[in-house]
Amino acid sequence: MRIALFVACYNDTLFPETGIAVTRVLERLGHTVEFPIEQTCCGQMHYNTGYRTEAVPLVRRFVSTFRDAEIVCVPSASCVAMIREHYELIAQQESDPGFLREVRSLLPRIFEFSELLIERLGVDDVGATFPHSVTYHPSCHSLRMLHVGDAPYRLLRKVRKLELIELPNREQCCGFGGTFAVKNADVSVAMLSEKNKEILKTGAEVITALDNSCLMQIYGGLHRQGSPVRTMHLAEILSHVEVDG
Amino acid sequence: MSVRVGKTDRAPSFPVAAKDALKDDQLRRNVRNATDIIRAKRTLRVGEMPDWEQLRQAASDIKTHTLAHLDHYLEQFERNCEQAGGKVHWARDADEANAIAIALIKQYSGEHAAEVIKVKTMTSDEIQMNEALERAGIRAYETDLADMIVQMSGDEPSHIVVPALHKNRFEVREIFREQMGLADLGDQPTDLTDAARRYLREKFLRVKIGISGANFAIAETGSICVVESEGNGRMCVTLPDVLISLIGIEKVVPTFQDLEVFLQLLPRSATGERMNPYNSFWTGVEPGDGPKEFHVILLDNGRTALLENECERETLGCIRCGACLNACPVYRETGGHAYGSIYSGPIGAILSPQLQSLEHSRSLPYASTLCGACYEVCPVKIDIPEILIHLRGKIVREDRTTLHGSLSAESLAMRAMSTVFLSHRRYEAAQRLAKLGQKIFERKGQLTNLPGLAGAWTEFRDLRPVPRQSFRDWWKTRAKTAPPSEKTS
Repeated sequence: MRIALFVACYNDTLFPETGIAVTRVLERLGHTVEFPIEQTCCGQMHYNTGYRTEAVPLVRRFVSTFRDAEIVCVPSASCVAMIREHYELIAQQESDPGFLREVRSLLPRIFEFSELLIERLGVDDVGATFPHSVTYHPSCHSLRMLHVGDAPYRLLRKVRKLELIELPNREQCCGFGGTFAVKNADVSVAMLSEKNKEILKTGAEVITALDNSCLMQIYGGLHRQGSPVRTMHLAEILSHVEVDG
Repeated sequence: MSVRVGKTDRAPSFPVAAKDALKDDQLRRNVRNATDIIRAKRTLRVGEMPDWEQLRQAASDIKTHTLAHLDHYLEQFERNCEQAGGKVHWARDADEANAIAIALIKQYSGEHAAEVIKVKTMTSDEIQMNEALERAGIRAYETDLADMIVQMSGDEPSHIVVPALHKNRFEVREIFREQMGLADLGDQPTDLTDAARRYLREKFLRVKIGISGANFAIAETGSICVVESEGNGRMCVTLPDVLISLIGIEKVVPTFQDLEVFLQLLPRSATGERMNPYNSFWTGVEPGDGPKEFHVILLDNGRTALLENECERETLGCIRCGACLNACPVYRETGGHAYGSIYSGPIGAILSPQLQSLEHSRSLPYASTLCGACYEVCPVKIDIPEILIHLRGKIVREDRTTLHGSLSAESLAMRAMSTVFLSHRRYEAAQRLAKLGQKIFERKGQLTNLPGLAGAWTEFRDLRPVPRQSFRDWWKTRAKTAPPSEKTS
């Protein structure tokens, strides 16, 4: 299958290893990955912060970039939530029937990374080996908007030598929230410290999620307090095939 | 018209007030303990309902229908209430509602000292009724246990359903000891409730005028419904000679049958109970039974302005269960006072600013990570995150009309980033620029002391520098070095 990758602007710039891992996993499964170079941002940050005027051209750009894709894979649940929850509404408000048609035709072809593997490709064992203890943080967007359910757990349980440890109070937000993290930095950090306490309680070596934005927040707190716990996007764990160290 | 919501006009912004709240360890422990307990009870009681989602949908449908025909149902309520012997008054704003109440109280008090007993009504806090009564020389006694605690300590409610949630029983004991003159009061829950009972009984038996709010006003019958846990509300609405019920216009439901839905949703969502211990209904007046005079004040105070926009209108479907507060990870850290309004938590973040046409509480729509926990628990399915985004958009649009707003650091940054994202060449140039620009902020492999808003990140959290190779750099390099056929090997 030909799979177009929308890597997400912040992954592209800050977490290239995630896009590389997604590419490796999908290619290992025999698919062809394409990366339309014109892609930039889905418009989430602008839209969620209230800058709708600035978000609309980005939405149009995304739609025209991926219009002809067979399948679009997005390793960022919050971007998928933006696309699924708001693109249609934005197109309706723009009163542009052609744009609305394109959005409606594109939406069923957009998949978050774990959704793509479990729901669309029907794979839970991607042949990965990862000899570490891992705990999983269900990001709010993946949990309450995409309803990915147990998809990430099914993928993690099939990884050889991986010890999966349940994260207590896992459904509690990490406090990132996009611009919330800086506009309400004090509250954001208070929420983060609750989350990180739970992560440290598990004793896991690695904390994983479907969103690098949450992981950036979690890393920010853990690293500041000198914790060696690593943050890794799920795709990075699934891309591991050999025993490392 | 002067729409007012509590003391929001004097409240500091949420980030400022939250900073103070976060320093109060006792308050945070109290809030966390209390919300954890209510959340667990709610989960238990909701879990035993196989048709919970259908009930939520039914509630949402009833509210959507009622709000679309609010004028019709309010007039129907007025007709039926007056037919049963009640008197309906319409108040456009806080001042009108208070003036109506004061005039009624003075009229009925006559020669006697003007005093009233009140059962918990958030709406009266919204219009600052107690302050208005005091200015008019009327003594008001709150009789809901938590409201009484808040009133006695000169505090403000911090939760819609559990106003004294931020206080633990040891703090409550100190308040009672001082205010009731009970030097050797114990700290067991039974000691405290016993003291409150003795104190309140005397008020119930003596004071001749009662003031209540309402959970529901039923158009079909002109009836009012109040649900509560203590029985003090029942005392307030049955013992006095005169009863004045203050009701926000959004509280009307079309039929008695509709309560089948709401009375299942409300107690489970609010306190994790299958049913409220006390469900009081009253319709007009009945000779020899209950109050001899019954007045309803229907309050607008900014509500009709929300009807015009479908997204905003949804806010008025709220049945004040407080489930969103208990579920909110932001409220959990700060408690209710940081919101600067008697309506706190997620519902407060959308209700307070909207009632006042975004004149006050402008920082509240940003007091959320949009995590969606509020929407998940809302018994009437109010899409709070969506309304928060809508309000943020409105604020940005309004700010843009001022020079100061359109030139704010945030606005400039957002517009610049949008321009960058509109061309992948500009975007790639910006990535290169970031890698160069970050060098002066790098310390031991981390970015520190970033300027502007980003500084709020690096003050508390580490941040990896932008890596040398972006994903697209990797992709381009790979495309050059490996022919496509080898990629899948």
